[in-house]
Amino acid sequence: MRLTWSDVTPKALFMSRRQWMTGAASIAALAAASRAAQAAVEDVPNSFEDITRYNNFYEFGYDKEDPYRNAGQLTIDPWAVVIDGLVEQPGTYDLADVLAGQPTEERIYRLRCVEGWSMVIPWLGFELGHLLRRVGVQPAAKFVAFETLLRPAEMPGQRTGLLDWPYREGLRIDEAMHPLTILASGLYGEELPRQNGAPLRLVVPWKYGFKSIKSIVRITLTEEMPPTTWNMMQPREYGFYANVNPKVDHPRWSQASERRIGAGFFAPRIPTQMFNGYAEEVADLYAGMDLRVNY
Amino acid sequence: MTALAARLGGELRRVPIWVIWALGLLPLAWLIVRAGAGGLGVDPVKALEHQLGKLGLQFLLLGLAITPLRRLGLNLIRFRRAVGLIAFTYVLLHVAVWVFLDLQLRWSEIAADLTKRPYIILGMMGLTMLIPLAATSNDLSVRKMGAQRWRVLHRLTYGAALAGILHYVWLVKGWPAEPFIYLAVFGGLMALRFLGPRR
Ligand code: HEM
Repeated sequence: MRLTWSDVTPKALFMSRRQWMTGAASIAALAAASRAAQAAVEDVPNSFEDITRYNNFYEFGYDKEDPYRNAGQLTIDPWAVVIDGLVEQPGTYDLADVLAGQPTEERIYRLRCVEGWSMVIPWLGFELGHLLRRVGVQPAAKFVAFETLLRPAEMPGQRTGLLDWPYREGLRIDEAMHPLTILASGLYGEELPRQNGAPLRLVVPWKYGFKSIKSIVRITLTEEMPPTTWNMMQPREYGFYANVNPKVDHPRWSQASERRIGAGFFAPRIPTQMFNGYAEEVADLYAGMDLRVNY
Repeated sequence: MTALAARLGGELRRVPIWVIWALGLLPLAWLIVRAGAGGLGVDPVKALEHQLGKLGLQFLLLGLAITPLRRLGLNLIRFRRAVGLIAFTYVLLHVAVWVFLDLQLRWSEIAADLTKRPYIILGMMGLTMLIPLAATSNDLSVRKMGAQRWRVLHRLTYGAALAGILHYVWLVKGWPAEPFIYLAVFGGLMALRFLGPRR
């Protein structure tokens, strides 16, 4: 079964209308109009070009276009994913086994980067929870750790000290089992392009983009909170949770608003929504937690 | 080497200042052409902001290279003021892109950034130091201030360049090489100036 656009988009958003600017707008008019449009930007999926030529995937370089330029050399077939730790059936699974029998569907999600920009992306994927249930989660498991492929020969960024490789991310088990959390293997109804994290990546739409780890080779269920790349490097700036939250600033970037990429020079700045607009679905996960402390 | 440099310097003495301006603004023209043709990629605002910031830094460093070059026998001192003003132009445009196209005149967020974000504060310190330099980069100011005082004031250039570079070092994520290359070039130029041969 495939969900359609209206199944995955909150109604309020679905009904609002985006105000389009004409190219000739002067800067002043732009500013005034974009303020008027703030409350009502409809989530129109970004173009395939936007999504595939503007990526933070440091394994392929620092610039946003580097992944587009450099990811072509990555071998994604064969591909195996190690699933281990506190699971009933640990093992090295061939990609085909991971995907086998998973109900793949289209999910159109907002993506909010910690740097203050956002896009809307039509992923093709399946719920991570389905996979975890299939391999069997042991009761002691409290967290899920993920790892990206480490292959410097094909990933030029890994030949530099840009990050502490391999890239690592993690979720709490209830976040991982949440129906909004998916493993994506496709984009716009096609195979996932390499620069977007082929052949298999995580998508957690209510968290900043860096949580949605790409090109996954290992999924480990653990009892302890796993170390994660950005948090290890700058714990004051990147928390483990990294939920989108307009009220908690990153030390370097205000998170109050975001630029919605895609309209060229006139891409409007819009207010950032709590949990990236998915509060209704996920706020319960954090009931009673101080989100200023657990950022 | 020195003889060659002196000859080159002699030839350059005949080059009028407007040629420096024309060359210096060529990258701006190229940026505008690319912007118009949709050649700045998916996020042209960031591309423009970043390119202008980098050009500002590059011209600041070029200006700082002029004294060490003179010590090596190549005298470009005539062009220094124009190079500095070109750097200032790029930094101003860089900040204008930030205010108009990036933050889109959202004043409360602009004010918050100016007071809360160390990298923005560093950039602002750089810009603030450049303002008196740009304002006095004309013959009249040199005459009124006297060469000695003018020279002392213009030592602010070091501070402005350093603030600009630290601003860059601070704003990047992870450990990319580029901002540290600028920092190394700045360090090298300072070493040449203060430790190198004096004449
Ligand atoms: C001496 C003055 C300045 C210099 C030399 C300078 C230079 C730079 C450079 C080299 C970059 C990085 C470009 C890149 O990543 O490719 C940059 C980025 C940036 N600068 Fe400046 N800058 C200066 C002043 C300012 C001021 C005064 C502001 C704002 C008040 C500002 C705001 C920014 C912003 C917002 C970015 C982009 C940050 C991001 O995308 O995360 N800069 N600047």
